[in-house]
Amino acid sequence: MESLEALVAHIQGLSGSPEEVAHLHSLLKQADGEPLRAHAAALVPFLAHLSPETHSLGYLYLLEACATSGSNLSDFGGGDFLVTIAGFLTACSADQIRLAPDKFLNVCRVLKDQVMQLIMPIRGIAPLRAAVRKIQSSPEQLTPVHADYLLLCLLAKQYKAGLSVLEDDIFEVEQPKDLFLYCYYGGMIYIGLKKFPKALELLHNAVTAPMSMLNAIAVEAYKKYVLVSLIVNGQVPSFPKYTSVSAQRSMKNHAQIYVELSTSYSNGRYTDLETFVQANSAVFQSDNNLGLVKQVLSSMYKRNIQRLTQTYLTLSLEDIARSVQLETPRDAEMHVLRMIEDGEIHATINQKDGMVSFHEDPEQYKSVEMLEHIDSSIQRLTALSKKLASIDENMSCDPAYLMKTGRDRGRFDGRFDYDDYDSVPHKYF
Amino acid sequence: MDVEGEVPAAAAAAVMNGLGGAEEASAAPVSAEQLDVEAYAAQYSGRTRLARLLFIADRCGVEAMQLEALRMAYDEIKRGEDVQLHRDVAAKIGGRLGPRFGLDQAWVDTVTRRADQRKEKLENELNGYRTNLIKESIRMGYNDIGDFFYVHGQLSDAFKSYIRTRDYCTTSKHIVQMCMNVILVSIELGQYAHVSNYVSKAEQTPDSLDPIIVAKLKAAAGLANLETKKYKLAARKFVETGIELGNNYSEVIAPQDVAVYGALCALASFDRSDLKSKVIDNINFRNFLELVPEVRELVNDFYASRYGSCLGHLEKLKPNLLLDIHLHEHVETLYMDIRHKAIIQYTLPFISVDLNTMATAFKTSVTMLEKELAALITENKIQARIDSHNKILYARHADQRNATFQRVLQTGNDFERDVKSMLLRANLLKHDYIQKTSGSRKM
Repeated sequence: MESLEALVAHIQGLSGSPEEVAHLHSLLKQADGEPLRAHAAALVPFLAHLSPETHSLGYLYLLEACATSGSNLSDFGGGDFLVTIAGFLTACSADQIRLAPDKFLNVCRVLKDQVMQLIMPIRGIAPLRAAVRKIQSSPEQLTPVHADYLLLCLLAKQYKAGLSVLEDDIFEVEQPKDLFLYCYYGGMIYIGLKKFPKALELLHNAVTAPMSMLNAIAVEAYKKYVLVSLIVNGQVPSFPKYTSVSAQRSMKNHAQIYVELSTSYSNGRYTDLETFVQANSAVFQSDNNLGLVKQVLSSMYKRNIQRLTQTYLTLSLEDIARSVQLETPRDAEMHVLRMIEDGEIHATINQKDGMVSFHEDPEQYKSVEMLEHIDSSIQRLTALSKKLASIDENMSCDPAYLMKTGRDRGRFDGRFDYDDYDSVPHKYF
Repeated sequence: MDVEGEVPAAAAAAVMNGLGGAEEASAAPVSAEQLDVEAYAAQYSGRTRLARLLFIADRCGVEAMQLEALRMAYDEIKRGEDVQLHRDVAAKIGGRLGPRFGLDQAWVDTVTRRADQRKEKLENELNGYRTNLIKESIRMGYNDIGDFFYVHGQLSDAFKSYIRTRDYCTTSKHIVQMCMNVILVSIELGQYAHVSNYVSKAEQTPDSLDPIIVAKLKAAAGLANLETKKYKLAARKFVETGIELGNNYSEVIAPQDVAVYGALCALASFDRSDLKSKVIDNINFRNFLELVPEVRELVNDFYASRYGSCLGHLEKLKPNLLLDIHLHEHVETLYMDIRHKAIIQYTLPFISVDLNTMATAFKTSVTMLEKELAALITENKIQARIDSHNKILYARHADQRNATFQRVLQTGNDFERDVKSMLLRANLLKHDYIQKTSGSRKM
């Protein structure tokens, strides 16, 4: 067992080129483990000798040993240690730390726990965001750090910070648990930003992900999914075919109240819905969904008013109030005004007559912005199609797949069906 | 088995002349404020007359009419052999008509005894035939037993017996007879699926059928469709019913009924061209419509867009139609459909319609009309928008170009979202699979 000084010297010496780093890596692995942790207290001053960018790997090992040593981090000068970790995460070199991903993840976990203990989640946001980028091998990969990062953003109410991570599409997942947490927290962030369609997407993924047994995260996600569906679409769609069997069978049993809420909503009577919410507000509160439920309530008015725009050209405020079940025409006026400001309907209010005139959507689809929007959509979708095609190709070359289909077809006699080459889902034709 | 009772002379004349005669008598059941029970009942025979009389008694709400119907029913039942019905009617009368119309226990006993004797005799005969294995006799034996049960009101037994004759039918005439019997019992039992079934069976026999039988089958099919709420099919069957039907099917339906049911279903479900070709220009059906001139006026008014008078006629007919055993549950739906069609047809040719004139045309208030229009617009049956301030209805045609753009963008979004989710799920499954296979390799 080398002494610490020798180890540090190695680190400083062998961090030049990739081969040296590989050698260093093997040395470090030998030195790793309990002995290193036992010296944890002594490690800290050595860290000062090392630079996070060039000696990332070594720094990581030492840092991890300190962090997981089990002794209280305040021994290391609490807040400063946090700064050290944060500094490391921001400055480290991506190639080096990818050689030891588990240790990196441990360090991130420690940072998050520490930050939560100190109830200062905002301090963890910048370091973790950098960490996410560093450990991802491609922008489409999901790591455990994603979930932690989103959690901190939520606790610190820094929703916009979470957006930058959420905007990347995720296609590769190592651990299903990460995905569930990611979708759940991501959905909550979008809800906080009032971007309900995107929230719906994420929550939908959480609910319909393949799972052999129901897990609690999926159930919580389902509850929010029901509420957000009601706000966006006015109804909750039934489970699609690809939902796992266990979800289809038992999800609703765990979220019974929400299912009842959605049936009450679909009946269209505001007062009934309101009484239902009042009666069950304790349950909603304990699920932390009361705010969302209140939004569901107000969305009901909006939906009714929007339905009116389809039937009437002009309508008096009293009639609006009556058909939407509001108390007074003044309430109706306020609702309509708010909706006009939010761009949800196109109308003008004539206060003298107490009339509202509804207009058609002025969008003519002729402007330059619209053309650009369409163009970029087309490009995005073409790229997506290509990706889909390439994945399909890879799959068809996979030996396990070929064995299975060869078996099913009897003899693999080289007859190819035209359908095998269809890469786009059929319903879009 | 037709039982001719004491019928008023005028109604008798109507029955003899069949179609086109005695306008007053045949018109009486339909257009009078008060249904003339006797004339109405005279159109029918057999068990349906009893069923209708009892139904009228239950539903009409006017004591005089009720007692009249019950009285007629009582007399009719005494002429037959159904003991259970006798008990029911006696209970319903409840002594209001005097001692002659009470429960006649002596008669009940006599009839029951006679019935038991006859039943034994029939069953013995049948057993005899069965041992002899003569098909024709067995068939007739079952038929007789079926008839016996029918007369005594044991309908499901009658049904079973008639079904049993099927195995012993040799000629198509036998098959047709069996089908007609089964249809009769099924209508009374309310099992309209069987009715449709056996109608098609009867129509498929290789020999050509007597036109009266064809007409009967069409009418029965129409009735079955009406009761199962398939109004369009019912209308088609009724308008195709041949005029040969006359009064030959009085144990089920009268020709006036064919006219009324057919016209109402057609108004509610046919589009304009069908209405013209199949109902108004249909010579055959015209003969039926002549029997009920009110209904003929109704149809012509609708076609000529005289909605006020059309709806007025409908309202006048309503109370009597509610007393009809087959139509009563469908009256509301049919009326609502006809009204909606009238409104839709009214608004079709115009770009803008003043709601006040429309309200007077439909004899309703502007507010009610507005509500009805709003409902129809929401169901997408009218393409228009209401200007509530000026009370005008403006036709509105969707802008195809904008709609297409919206749809395209929406489809693009849906595609993107679905494919991304799919790739994600595929990836999850792949990892799951890899875990499983690598797990199995680790021996």
